Amino acid sequence: MQKIMVCIKRVVDYNVRVRVKPDGSGVMLDGVKMSVNPFDEIALEEALRIKERVGNIEVVAVSIGVADTQQQLRTALAMGADRAILVQSEVAVEPLTAAQTFLALAKKENPDLIFLGKQAIDDDANQTGQMLAALWERPQATYASKVEIGGEKATVTREIDAGLETIEVDLPAVVTVDLRLNEPRYVKLPDIMKAKKKPLDVTSLEALGVSATVFLKTIKTEPPAQRQKGVMVKDVTELFGALKKKGLI
Amino acid sequence: MNKVLIIGEHDGKTVNPATAKCVTCAAAIPDAEITIVVFGADTSAVAAQAAAIAGVKTVLRVDRPENEHPLAAILAPQVTALAADYTHVFGPSTSFGKDLLPRVAALLGVPQVSDLMAVEGAYKFRRPIYAGNAIVTVEADAARKLVATVRVASFEATAGGGTAAVESKSLSVALPSHTRYVGAKSGSTDRPDLQTAARVVSGGRALASADNFKILYSLADKLGAAVGASRAAVDAGYAPNEMQVGQTGKIISPEIYIAIGISGAIQHLTGIKDARTIVAINKDGEAPIFEVADYGLVGDLFQIVPELEKMLGT
Repeated sequence: MQKIMVCIKRVVDYNVRVRVKPDGSGVMLDGVKMSVNPFDEIALEEALRIKERVGNIEVVAVSIGVADTQQQLRTALAMGADRAILVQSEVAVEPLTAAQTFLALAKKENPDLIFLGKQAIDDDANQTGQMLAALWERPQATYASKVEIGGEKATVTREIDAGLETIEVDLPAVVTVDLRLNEPRYVKLPDIMKAKKKPLDVTSLEALGVSATVFLKTIKTEPPAQRQKGVMVKDVTELFGALKKKGLI
Repeated sequence: MNKVLIIGEHDGKTVNPATAKCVTCAAAIPDAEITIVVFGADTSAVAAQAAAIAGVKTVLRVDRPENEHPLAAILAPQVTALAADYTHVFGPSTSFGKDLLPRVAALLGVPQVSDLMAVEGAYKFRRPIYAGNAIVTVEADAARKLVATVRVASFEATAGGGTAAVESKSLSVALPSHTRYVGAKSGSTDRPDLQTAARVVSGGRALASADNFKILYSLADKLGAAVGASRAAVDAGYAPNEMQVGQTGKIISPEIYIAIGISGAIQHLTGIKDARTIVAINKDGEAPIFEVADYGLVGDLFQIVPELEKMLGT
């Protein structure tokens, strides 16, 4: 194992309550705090832990996004990635285009493993890793909660609806990570200083031979229907009575 | 005519109810002809069940030993081969469908729409983004095949009584050997399935231990309910991952959801907002869960839950 590529996305920070624009043209993003997609942080952490365990592995963080995405890649470098590549794009790319872009990078970099978060918390699409694996004609292990590397194989435990499933995949492979795989490290100040000196290359979709096709037109964006606020009951007897009356228990 | 191929989900014995919900979604597409395909080592039983879902014209069986376990890398090339005859390929937004469908879409070179919650036209759908904080209406190009996952909590299951024709299909598709099934561990339980249960009792961090979850299991058994948990409770090890309800866990729509000791983080509320009735029991009267609850009770869950169980018993 020589190289791990980690795909990260710049998204609205986890703690921001996203609001829809009054004209329905999208969500309000001006001045909103942006961060590394939390699942992608877990993906990077896993790559770094494998590097620490096995040694002599290069971890490359890659992203697609606006020029400011360099901030999130610097965070990745501060966490411990060795170098970073930004595919700069002013338009937001759809998952299939993202997968085509990462495929182009994979063909250049030839990683043994590609880690991604299982989904990005902005569009919640949950597609890019699976699409990348398909285009790369390599195995996919999605929703990983445990990853063990042995020789030319990875054994991955996956969180599925029925519980846990274990599969074995030949490397190279794509792994998408779930919440409980690990807890990402905190970045320390000296690491942030060091990260400034690490290489961060900027390229473009055109340079990689990818075109940002618009597959899906967004017609409008609306706030979700709100639930009616209910009633407070004073004790168990009143609760029991209310549920009984509605035929719910 | 729109020809919709639905990937049927099953465990070898029983068709997952998510499949019938996909049929309801597909039936909302104008002029739709619906086919379900089931993959397995022996799909005779599940094919018969799928054929009984009303509104389905044909059920395709693809039996081969490699299909015993639903591995996306194995199934995707087979779905892709079948897809030539269809305009739409649908699957449920379960861990099975979410793993498989994007791989199919990429092999077909077409986009996927994830988590359909409403059909507005053959290529126009509504879906949630930002953990359900916004709903977008998206339109795909009718010139391309469309792959989609169906947000099962948004649709009622289609009734039974259907009489679809069952056909065995053999596909000459080369399958990769790079992905192998090793094993599975599921919390074996006699309780109803969380995703389809009419009643759900769910616990949060306030339960404070795996042992304390027993009071929820006991209450659930009185109610004939499934048991769920918040992400905080699962992260803390009080409950296994398959019990997690929320944005990254299960999205459910029971008749009644009883949230016990759950504060109601937005990620959790995403998973329950289609519940018909929400009951919240929490000692913090300011907890956000009360904003969405139909009935709220502020108090100590360790007193309330046994008391409620006692009332149910009489």
